[in-house]
Amino acid sequence: MQHVGRFAATLAVSCVILSLGLSLADGKDKSNTKLVKRGEYLVKSVGCGDCHTPWKMGPKGPEQDMSRLLSGHPQDMVMPAPPISSPGPWMGSFASTFTAWSGPWGVSFTRNLTPDKETGLGDWTEQNFIATIRTGKRMGKGRDLLPPMPWPAFKNMEDEDLKAIFAYLRSIPAIKNSVPEPIPPAGQPGNEK
Amino acid sequence: MPNSSRDLSRWSFPTITPRYIGTLGVALPLSLLLICSFVAALPRYRPRPATLSETGLYSDISKKTIVPSNLMYSPQYPLWSDGAKKKRWIYIPPGHTIDAKDPDDWVFPVGTKLWKEFSFGKRVETRFLEKVDERTWAYATYAWKEDGSDAVLVPQEGFPNHVEIAPGVRHDIPGIDGCRACHDGQGRDVVLGFNALQLSPDRDPNAPHAEPFIHGMINVKDLAEKNLLAFFPARLLSRPPVIEADSPLERAALGYLSGNCGGCHNTTDPLSSVGMFLKRSVNRSPGAMAKELESVIGHRSKYQIPGLGAGDSYRIYPGHPEQSSVVFRVSSRNPYRQMPPLGTKIVDTLAVDLITRWIEEDQNTRKETAHFIHY
Repeated sequence: MQHVGRFAATLAVSCVILSLGLSLADGKDKSNTKLVKRGEYLVKSVGCGDCHTPWKMGPKGPEQDMSRLLSGHPQDMVMPAPPISSPGPWMGSFASTFTAWSGPWGVSFTRNLTPDKETGLGDWTEQNFIATIRTGKRMGKGRDLLPPMPWPAFKNMEDEDLKAIFAYLRSIPAIKNSVPEPIPPAGQPGNEK
Repeated sequence: MPNSSRDLSRWSFPTITPRYIGTLGVALPLSLLLICSFVAALPRYRPRPATLSETGLYSDISKKTIVPSNLMYSPQYPLWSDGAKKKRWIYIPPGHTIDAKDPDDWVFPVGTKLWKEFSFGKRVETRFLEKVDERTWAYATYAWKEDGSDAVLVPQEGFPNHVEIAPGVRHDIPGIDGCRACHDGQGRDVVLGFNALQLSPDRDPNAPHAEPFIHGMINVKDLAEKNLLAFFPARLLSRPPVIEADSPLERAALGYLSGNCGGCHNTTDPLSSVGMFLKRSVNRSPGAMAKELESVIGHRSKYQIPGLGAGDSYRIYPGHPEQSSVVFRVSSRNPYRQMPPLGTKIVDTLAVDLITRWIEEDQNTRKETAHFIHY
């Protein structure tokens, strides 16, 4: 009888601990879901997909290829040398996918923002992401971000907004897509021809 | 109709009683203490002195006489700065010590100042760091005047392309953001190049670009003798720290990578998420250090070397520098590819040769047994 009592007490305590743990986890899940939703709203509002999701020609004209959501410039789309811009107010040109851009900085390719570990942001931390947007340097310490990335505008976002964007980017499907590195302007190291 | 005289009496000046004075006597100092602690906790953004001569480096700038309490030092594995000749000094406030409990990651007392002078034939700039409170380091750079009489504070954005240092290559004087990109977040404090390994009396004779250790320079032993180090492990005084390596070539290569890449690529920097650890420690177990080396040697590179097949690029591939992205990126000054990504525009050919030889000669004998790591 004593054993049964002890068993019941242990069971009751275990149940309380388990339900407490579950409710805490549930609370965390709910708060993360809210963060992801907020991030999705921000990503769609500020137009990250305009450059980071390749565009394709649809029945009603150009549209974002949602099967490649935020995966950057397609690795199988090898770009020829950009057209030489004529003197005057025109400054650059861009690919039909909106993922390759040419101008005085050379050629930039939009990055894979999906959580793929090898080719995307899979090994980035929230801190790396925020540092990138705040400084305009990769992970806050690497090479400069290039046009047309509007980081000088995005750097004004609150930390909470940037955290939400990062949470959303971690929630989307990982797509393996190795984006080429930028090409410097003609005559500079790396583009001597 | 409210009774106005009654209303006024409610707000009349309180009667001064001994109890009232007593309460005030406790409340006022307490509030003052609270406000003072709040203000003290705020980071101090002291304006930087307008000229170098006001920072306390020189007693007579016209004769370039250094204040005797500013101690000259030289890290044994200096950072490559496009061939600049550099001089460095540190000032520790009297009666204070460096917390050297972790020999890789020292914590400096408030009031510490460091200067680094860059010359390309003549003085060009002097960088200045000062710890203004427990959590805040103030950064400044000073550009030397043409006549060398003094140096003036550089604006926040720096002076890009300030002076020609080689045909077609111009040196940038960094602004505060440029300073922060390297110094912030790399450890418990922001100082680079001033730790047990860099100041070891057992200096590496093969370290590229190391300045000769001259009279007046300080090392770890001198710091200990001057009682400037607190909690420094005694074992590192009896046996000065060196990089554990299988050959002199490996020691120099690992030292170079530690001094030039380890400032970001270490276990405490936010960049540790990259999982590449090049800062050599004098405090971790051989097992931990071997693990850190595995993060580089035989580790497949996320960066793909152009022209190689997918998956053929490694951070360091024993015996094969052409498949080692470390060599490829250190050899490049394509601004979108180069390593380090800032602070240099000219390839350090001596270092490229050193690392290449290490991978070809030393590493070649080990490639059969190297532990390869893939994603």
